[in-house]
Amino acid sequence: MLSAEAITKTYRAASGRVVAVDRASLVLERGARLGLVGPSGTGKSTLAQVLALLLAPDSGSVTIDGDRIGVWGVRCSRELRHRVQLVFQAPRMSVDPRLRLGDAILEPLAASGLLPGDAGERRALLGSWAAQVGLTADLLERFPHEVSEGQLQRACLARALVVRPRYLICDELSSMLDVSTQAALLETIAAVQREQALGVLLITHDRVLADTWCEATADVGELSVAGQRQDAPAAARERTSNFGRLRRRRTFRSV
Amino acid sequence: MSARLEVEDLSVGFRTRRGIVQALTQASVTVQPGELLLVVGESGSGKTVLAHALLRLLPRNVDVSGSVRLGDQDLLALSPAELRRTRGRRMALVPQSPASSLNPVRKLGGQLVEGARARGLSEAGARKRLRELLAELGLDLDVVGGRYVHQLSGGMQQRVVNAMALVGEPDIVIADEPTSGLDSDLVDTTAAQLREIVARGASLLVITHDLRLAARLGGRLALLYASRIVELGPTAAFFEAPAHPYGRELLRALPEREGKPIPGMSPQLTALPAHCAFADRCPDRFDRCSESVPELYPRPSGALARCFLHAER
Repeated sequence: MLSAEAITKTYRAASGRVVAVDRASLVLERGARLGLVGPSGTGKSTLAQVLALLLAPDSGSVTIDGDRIGVWGVRCSRELRHRVQLVFQAPRMSVDPRLRLGDAILEPLAASGLLPGDAGERRALLGSWAAQVGLTADLLERFPHEVSEGQLQRACLARALVVRPRYLICDELSSMLDVSTQAALLETIAAVQREQALGVLLITHDRVLADTWCEATADVGELSVAGQRQDAPAAARERTSNFGRLRRRRTFRSV
Repeated sequence: MSARLEVEDLSVGFRTRRGIVQALTQASVTVQPGELLLVVGESGSGKTVLAHALLRLLPRNVDVSGSVRLGDQDLLALSPAELRRTRGRRMALVPQSPASSLNPVRKLGGQLVEGARARGLSEAGARKRLRELLAELGLDLDVVGGRYVHQLSGGMQQRVVNAMALVGEPDIVIADEPTSGLDSDLVDTTAAQLREIVARGASLLVITHDLRLAARLGGRLALLYASRIVELGPTAAFFEAPAHPYGRELLRALPEREGKPIPGMSPQLTALPAHCAFADRCPDRFDRCSESVPELYPRPSGALARCFLHAER
């Protein structure tokens, strides 16, 4: 279980401090598909980075399968960071332009010393992930500028999955892609979710997509204490802040 | 504002290390004054190349053939000086990302007036025209003009670039992915603003991969696949019953329909097949599909479809 409790994150701005995330709580079970929707500028991406252990919150706590996170970013152990992986919105800005697609996919393993020493084993590993995301062998030899946006996002997905994460956070994974590529990526994610009990948090502008693909969808405003009406029944508040536990419920509208 | 855009047999190839990248193959389409044409396709299908070819924004390593006429002007034959007079005044671009196409270190007023003056207006005329255009879009030049681009919301930025595109009273406005990265409220606003452009009498060419936006805008739709127009016809007819198998499978991939991806990937643009480019992924393929490239065949709905299913047998 990936859980966040009362996460608050603020940024410094010329006009003072901007509260990006205000006491947001959520729970993502393994094997579950959760949608998180909300307009631009409501802190969805900030929350995603906190959950992926990339960005330290001002206050609040994150717990992954019972391990409470004390430090974020490079100070956090690789083993913990590998448990939660993030796929970003813009693939072109999220890969090293000097790495061929194949090398980019294996980069997380290389960076953490987990890459198989044997070249044949490396090829087989790469081949299996490439097949899973639908990339052909000749594409793995290309540089990012030589492939399309959709092909690059497939590589980014393989790169996130190669460390065998327990939780995957997709931050606007497909808003720049055509619907067929979007459907293909989601099909790949769904297969891994079922086989490896991957917990998936799908962050999107697209309410229709979240409602159809996810088992439960929350509006980002519902995650924070501030987003809930104080006169709402306590039980309802408890339920929305722990929406991830309610597996089969389709959607929650703003209270 | 009354010239017809005629694109005929327009082909664009990029010379690269890996050979010729055939980005657009023999595209022919006409846009009447006051008409809306949507250009839809996945990334790499040639839609942005089509727009950039019309605006002559393509890089040097490119081979262009065919013809593009706007009224009595041959756009592909214009000299640099003629191009400067044409861009902005006869054709205008609504760029993909408003925030990154405006100068971040200058206040908007100066930028807008400068842009309007480059389109031949006097200082006073430019201010007057901008004031009118922005007012129509619900903005005040005196307020917006004193701000930097980052001080405006996404919707306001979009309106500013729309006003900028209209300031030279162009015959045709080209909007490149006007909604990418916008949330649904802003998509609604942008769609309304785009329709407004057409209502003012200009032709509008919208390039998008967003099928829901396309359905909302209406007009006519050109569907591109692997550098060719594979379907061309009324947008409403496309969403009701697409004539090309690619269009049909694409609509099935929408999450609210079946969310089912089309198997495989589109072919490499360096090695396009000498037969139907969609044949390998097409559930309806038959012998003829792997023999030659189909023509655009007319359909009863008024659409054209590049598919042998619709050829007279």
